[in-house]
Parts: sequence; structure tokens; C-alpha cells
Amino acid sequence: MTIVKNRLFWPSVILVALLAVNIFTSNQFITVRDGHLFGTLIDILRGSAPLVLVALGMTLVIATGGIDLSVGSVMAISGAVACLLISDLDDQNNVGSVLLIIAAAIAVSLVLGLWNGALVAAVGIQPIIATLILMVAGRGVAQLITDGQIINVQSGPYAAISTGFFFALPVAFLIAAAAVALTVVLTRRTALGLLLESVGGSPVASRLAGIRSRRITVMVYVVAGGFAGLAGLLYSANIKSADSISAGNLIELDAILAVVIGGTALIGGRFSIAGSVIGAVLIQTLSVTVVAVGVPSKATLLFKAVVVVALCLSQSRTFRAKVFGRIKSRPVVRAEVPA
Amino acid sequence: MTTIDATPATNKSDSPTNPRRRVYLPNAKYIPILATLALLVIMYCIGVSNYRNFDQPSVVVNLFRDNAVLLVVAVGMTFVIMTGGIDLSVGAVISLTTTLTATLLQGGWPPLVVLPLVLLLGALLGAGMGAVIHFFKVEPFIATLAGLFLARGLALFINQNSIPIRDDLWKTLSEYRIPLADRVTTTIPAIVALVAVLIAAVVLAWTRFGRNVYAIGGNADSALLMGLPVGRTRIAVYALSGFCAALGGVLFSINSTSGWALQGTGLELDAIAAVVIGGVLLTGGSGYVFGSLLGVLVYGMIQTIIRFQGDLNAAWTRIVVGVLLFGFIVLQRLVTRKAR
Repeated sequence: MTIVKNRLFWPSVILVALLAVNIFTSNQFITVRDGHLFGTLIDILRGSAPLVLVALGMTLVIATGGIDLSVGSVMAISGAVACLLISDLDDQNNVGSVLLIIAAAIAVSLVLGLWNGALVAAVGIQPIIATLILMVAGRGVAQLITDGQIINVQSGPYAAISTGFFFALPVAFLIAAAAVALTVVLTRRTALGLLLESVGGSPVASRLAGIRSRRITVMVYVVAGGFAGLAGLLYSANIKSADSISAGNLIELDAILAVVIGGTALIGGRFSIAGSVIGAVLIQTLSVTVVAVGVPSKATLLFKAVVVVALCLSQSRTFRAKVFGRIKSRPVVRAEVPA
Repeated sequence: MTTIDATPATNKSDSPTNPRRRVYLPNAKYIPILATLALLVIMYCIGVSNYRNFDQPSVVVNLFRDNAVLLVVAVGMTFVIMTGGIDLSVGAVISLTTTLTATLLQGGWPPLVVLPLVLLLGALLGAGMGAVIHFFKVEPFIATLAGLFLARGLALFINQNSIPIRDDLWKTLSEYRIPLADRVTTTIPAIVALVAVLIAAVVLAWTRFGRNVYAIGGNADSALLMGLPVGRTRIAVYALSGFCAALGGVLFSINSTSGWALQGTGLELDAIAAVVIGGVLLTGGSGYVFGSLLGVLVYGMIQTIIRFQGDLNAAWTRIVVGVLLFGFIVLQRLVTRKAR
């Protein structure tokens, strides 16, 4: 009973169900080939890495009661910066310079996050508008960087961060997993998570309690920018080029959806990193499944809509109480519907 | 809380300069709107001084013509945001409306049947989302995001291509010009949008429904304890937003005499931005329909300035929009902060 009541139970059930569908539809769900793992499951894990990263940053921002619409543009800019610099290299396969360029691209993303954070915390603009500015202008900046072209790169080390394998596992998956692990340790093993939730609950009360709420707010936007930049690198490394128009297009909605599926409330003050990760993988699995089961292309969005509707209804305690009314205890039902 | 209003009511402009005048509360609720209006006027003056022909009346009149759809959508969005919710589905409802309208008209349906049908469909879709939000306690953001996928999914399912509208009524409405003055004309969608703004302003300010909207946005639990019909109002608000989006879709189809499933992508964010620029708080309970009107006009003014500049490519257009938006919001923020 306690398991069923957990917020993550129903998203997990749907995720497992979708994965089960993939076991039957794909001829290779998971196998070993050329010394590393291979198959649909691995494709899903690799493909979901950018969304997991973006959702991770978004979780922290939403935990403080904010929202970051600019993640897609930050992805486009970081990919554009990296590909532009790499395409100027004499030897594109030089590991050292590629790493340096990756660091530079992430530094640019951190600065963009700092810009968002400063607008929200110092100037005091509503987060949705503050980040909307960068969302609109950022894609223009990315187009300027790439000069409106799609920059192709032929760099082995750069492509490896998305398509490479390390210890039989995809590098992109390992990067995302490391980011998740780091965030979990920093927020749940230190007081940082508590501070985030306190700022999300009430910035004023937190400040009066001695928490530097402004600094925390700036920090989450910087972190969200950094993760979005990393996601942009994974995206552009995967296609070995910088596409300033479609990189990270509408990813902010998917990321917010993933965060909310995971049980983080948009008003802030509460967050679940495990939930956001499940949500992000779920969304990626859904897109893979739609193709795998052969839904015609004009109906893919409709299919996605049906699953999202089922998902958000399954998460509603009131809905479950009304549908499976006999199973639930009565007081819960009464408390939820006072009218 | 008692406030002694000792200051004369005339010095609206110099009270912001004196930080000690904290008793000057009665006008504080109008300050965001007045600041937006003042900045809008300044923006217009900058346009007039920098570009030739910017001072022609048609520039102002065309603001309404070019932003009729956004205006209608923003009106519905104002009500939703006022209750503390959000409606992401409006852009998709527009695409569904234009696609459905074009398909039905192509199929030979009489236009006077199609028009109420699509409007009703938009309202029903909104009411459905409102019901899910109210009865099942789903977050508005997620419920309307699902609505976005559903509406655009339906539109793509109906037809993925752009469908021309050859109906006579639509063509007439599209080509009809209303003369306002010498060489200044406007279109029917612009008038419809303005009428929608006026009706919405009256409804929000002077009807029981409007006061309920403010009360729910302020605190839904208190509103419920006061005996206000929270559920009915909330569902009605989303139905209204769906209706406005469908009306926006009809105006879109009149403007372009075509229907396309990818029309209106991202329009929901423009509408939300316009509403927030107009001084409506995303937490609900505060704001005015005229604020949203000003927000849309700011958006339109930015576009107009870019059009008069003329030599910007796609990348620079985005950057300039961002920079102007930034400058405007920061100025607005500074003005309103000093006033408080």
C-alpha cells in the first residue's frame, strides 16, 4: 500500500510498461556487441541524457520557485560555440584542445545562467519573463555564432562524448549519471537541499532565518545554465554539428513536464531528483516507443497526448480515489474534496 | 489596515521620488499599469524621432490589426493567470481551430455553422482542462500542456499541410476594410479584438464572475470558505481562455485565409509574456485587462520598430527583440520598485 501511494509509483509503472512494449517490438532490446552493450534500452538511455541533464537543472530552479525557459537557447549557444571553435582547430582529433573547448562552452553556459540568476535575484523580475528574454535573444546569438549555417565537425573526441562507450556503457549516459549522482549527493547529503526548499517555500522567511536566499537563487540558475550547456554539447556531438535552430527547440516544455511528472511542485519548496530522472527517461522512452510500434507520423503527437493525459491523471490522488474508490481510505477522499 | 490618505491625489508623478510617502497606497495598484503606459509612450516617441513616417496614425492603427490574434488570446490568458493558473494550450487551440475551419469549409460546410462550432469546440476543450484541474487537482501547467499536445496532435492528425480557404464569407471578411480617417483603415479582426478587450475589462471589473476571479487568485481556500463558487469559476475561466484561443484561431484563419496545423507555435509564451508585462502577477489575484492590452502593444511596438529598422536579419531580429524586452522590463521594474 505504501508503495502504491508513492508519487513515483505510477510514473514508474508507465515507464516499465513502455519498456515492456519495446521488448516485444524491437528485435534487440539489450545485447552485447563489439564489447559493449547495445540495443533499444541503451539507445533510450543514451538519447535521454540531454533531457535528464536539462531536467536536473530545471528541478533545482523549480525547487526555489522559479522556472527557466532559456535552457533550449543555452543548449543551442553551447553547441554553436563548441562546434565553431572545433572547426577552427588544425587537428580536430586533439583530445586536449577538444576538452579545453568543451570547458569553454560550459563556461559560456554558466555565464548565461548567471545572467538569468542576476535578473531574477538582483533585479527582481519574475523568472518566467527574465528567462524568456534569453530564450528569445539566445537563439539569435546562436544563429549569429554559426552565421546561420549548420557547422559540421569531424572530431573523433568530440563525437565520443555522445556516441562513445566506456566500460561497455555509453559515455552520454555516464555523464548524465555522474551529474545526477553529484546533484543528489550535494543536495541530500549536505544542507543545500534544505536551503533550496526553504528558499522555494519563502525567500523572505529564509532570508530572515539567515539564509542567503539571493545567492542560492543565483546559484541554481547558474547550475541550470551549466547543465543545459552540457546537454547542448551532447546534442551537437550526437549529430556532429551545430544546428542553432533545432537544438533544444521546445526542450523547456519537455523538461518542465519531466520535473512535474517526478512530483516536484511548480510553486517550489519541494523537489525530487529521482522523480525528474524517471520523468525524463519516460519522455524519451515514449518518443522511441512511438516510432517502434509504428504509429503513423501524423498521429505521434496524439499518441503522446494520450499518454501524458493518462500520466497526469494517474498522478492525481483525487482521480485515483474516484476511480478506485473502494481501495482508498475514506478520510483522504473527504479531505481532498471539501466542496 | 487603516491608511491615512493625507497626500493630495494630484501628485502622481512626484510621489515616486519621495521614498517616505509610504501612506500613498490607493494608487499603488495602478503604478505597474501607468509605468507600462509611460514606457510605451516613450518607446513610441523614440520611434517617431528615429524613423520617417513613424508618426503616421496608421502605425498605431496597424498595431491592433497585426496583433489582433495575440490580443484576443492574451485577454483569455489574463483571466486564467488572474486565478493563479496558466494556459499553455492556446497556441495549439489556434492551430486546431484554423485546421478544422479550413477542412470543414473545404468540405462544403456552411460558414455560419462552422464558426459557432469551432468556437464551441475551443470552449469545451478549455472547460475540459479546467475540470481536470479542478476535480483531479492536476497542476494547470501540466493539464494545459497535455491539452497543447492533444490539440496540436488532433490538428496534425486532421491535416499536416496548409489548407487554403476559398469560402466567400471568409474572403469578404478578410478583404473588408473599415475606413477610420483619410487613408487610415482597419480590418474586422482588429475591431473584434478591441471589442473583446472592452467586454473582458467590463466583466472582470464589474461582474460577480470578475470579482470571483480576483478572489480565487488571491486565495482559493478563503474564496471557498467565503462560499464563492470556486469550481465553477475556475472551469469557466479555462473555458473562456479556450474560447478566446478559438476566436483567435478564427481571426488567424480570416487574416491568412488558410489553415495550418503548425500555426501559432510558441504563441502561448508571447501571450503569457504580454500579460505579465502588463502588470498581471503570475501568482494570481492582481492585474487588469487593460494591462494585458498594453503588454500586447509593447510586443507590437517592438515588432514595428524592427520593421521600420528594416535591415535586420533573422538572428539580429531575435536579439533586438530580446534587448528591447530586457530594457523595457528592467525600466518597468525600476519605476515600480521606486514607487513602492
